[in-house]
Amino acid sequence: MSIELKNVTYAYGTESAYETVALAGISLKIPDGQFVGIIGHTGSGKSTLVQHFNGLMRPTRGQVLFDGEDIWAEGYDLKHLRSQVGLVFQYPEHQLFETDVLSDVCFGPKNLGFSQEECEELALDALRQVGLKEKYYKLSPFELSGGQKRRVAIAGVLAMNPKMLVLDEPTAGLDPKGRDDILDKIKELHETRGISIAIVSHSMEDMAKYVERIVVMNHGHMPFDGTPREVFSHYRKLEKIGLAAPQITYIMHVLAEKGMAVSTDATTVEEAKESILKALGH
Amino acid sequence: MLKDITIGQYYPAESPIHRLDPRVKIVATMIFIVSLFVAEGWAGYLISAFFLGMCILLSKVPFGYIVKGLKAIVILLCITMFFNMVFTPGDPLVQFWRITITVQGVRMAVKMGVRLIFLIIGSSLMTLTTTPNQLTNAIERLLKPLGFIIPVHEIAMMMSIALRFIPILMEETDKIMKAQMARGADFESGNLVKKVRSMVPLLVPLFISAFRRANDLAMAMEARCYHGGKGRTQMKPLVYRWPDYAAYAAVWGYLGVCIAVRIVL
Repeated sequence: MSIELKNVTYAYGTESAYETVALAGISLKIPDGQFVGIIGHTGSGKSTLVQHFNGLMRPTRGQVLFDGEDIWAEGYDLKHLRSQVGLVFQYPEHQLFETDVLSDVCFGPKNLGFSQEECEELALDALRQVGLKEKYYKLSPFELSGGQKRRVAIAGVLAMNPKMLVLDEPTAGLDPKGRDDILDKIKELHETRGISIAIVSHSMEDMAKYVERIVVMNHGHMPFDGTPREVFSHYRKLEKIGLAAPQITYIMHVLAEKGMAVSTDATTVEEAKESILKALGH
Repeated sequence: MLKDITIGQYYPAESPIHRLDPRVKIVATMIFIVSLFVAEGWAGYLISAFFLGMCILLSKVPFGYIVKGLKAIVILLCITMFFNMVFTPGDPLVQFWRITITVQGVRMAVKMGVRLIFLIIGSSLMTLTTTPNQLTNAIERLLKPLGFIIPVHEIAMMMSIALRFIPILMEETDKIMKAQMARGADFESGNLVKKVRSMVPLLVPLFISAFRRANDLAMAMEARCYHGGKGRTQMKPLVYRWPDYAAYAAVWGYLGVCIAVRIVL
């Protein structure tokens, strides 16, 4: 499973005089099993970008390839693609509609034509994997807390057994504990299911901690693409486009400036701790 | 799909018509509608067409943009014209099966068609050149004398909130639709029953979100001490200036000409 964007351009309002380019010639390949983070400030085109992954948006120019096949070719099964590339929108709990949690999670597999038993099995699997307790399964989704609702919504996409999971700001509006819980669950999914994950986020700390590759978006362009270490080494340039490196990166740079022999490319607190201890001779 | 309807949409531009007091525009539109029913015969319609043409020219709204709004009423127009053609008694022109088209019927149908088209163009010109907020503001002021029977301010407030929420709910619909499509939902194929059923995953979240937004808005208004219209003043009260009086004169003059033409011819 791999997804590839070839020179994708997307423009709003092409018929009218006010054309706005949301994506300007993006080329990007996400291979099987990768954990990618997409960062960028509001309006940088990251949400537009992820909606190209499962064919919800059609590029104005350029190609989107899934396993090497053009998804906009005549007769391509978009429904199948959407089951393979699961997309979880921002505030996904707003899409819940069923009378109980289990039926809501069944909605996806049911649309794919699974039988009632298979649907429930898939749904139970998904609910277990997002870590929702069994006592909630028969409750109305509207009785749950914000974090629980979000888990149900993520399970709703996961139940379709996607090979890739794309999450648009999955932690927006959650408290710190809820945020860590969700991200830990996503990491666990990445490890146990072996699926690729693409996650849109604002938090540099989260990115540094979880992802193996960061794609930076700015005004429809993709100025940086690399490991967190590589990307955060450009922290001055990141600031210019309204982003920042993790706070620990700044501390390490200041320590290095003051003459301490620490490595400035540490991106997480753990790495920083080791480096500082080493510099202190412990 | 909903993008094509230009009726009720504001077209931003810098023009004398845009700058007119919204009250003038509402009254003028009503007078124009009355004039369409006063006008008889081609002379009358020519005057109306001339008046309307001048207004469009002054408003700087592209003519094509206005005509696009007519698309929405094509069916209504066809039905009206058809029934007028068929059910007007008079000298038969064409006859087939049980349907008789009369000369008077054709004349009537054309007249009704012209009236309807002028009516739609006239009223969409008003909404194209006036923001919804200005409109409700003007309605509030025009209905003020009725304040002792109906809660004018509250109605105007509800109208402006409703108008304000249309684009928000459209956006929300689009978002929910995409979210459900990402879960394999299909809104297009299938027969009517299946299509209606497929709306449930869209409508339930949409209603919930509308209620949530309404609740939030009510809370925000209360937090800013909103308590209805009593004793409330406006930040930018409507004031007539000389172009508004000139416009009033022009539109009343136009109605006078229409009536005169009707009497003379």
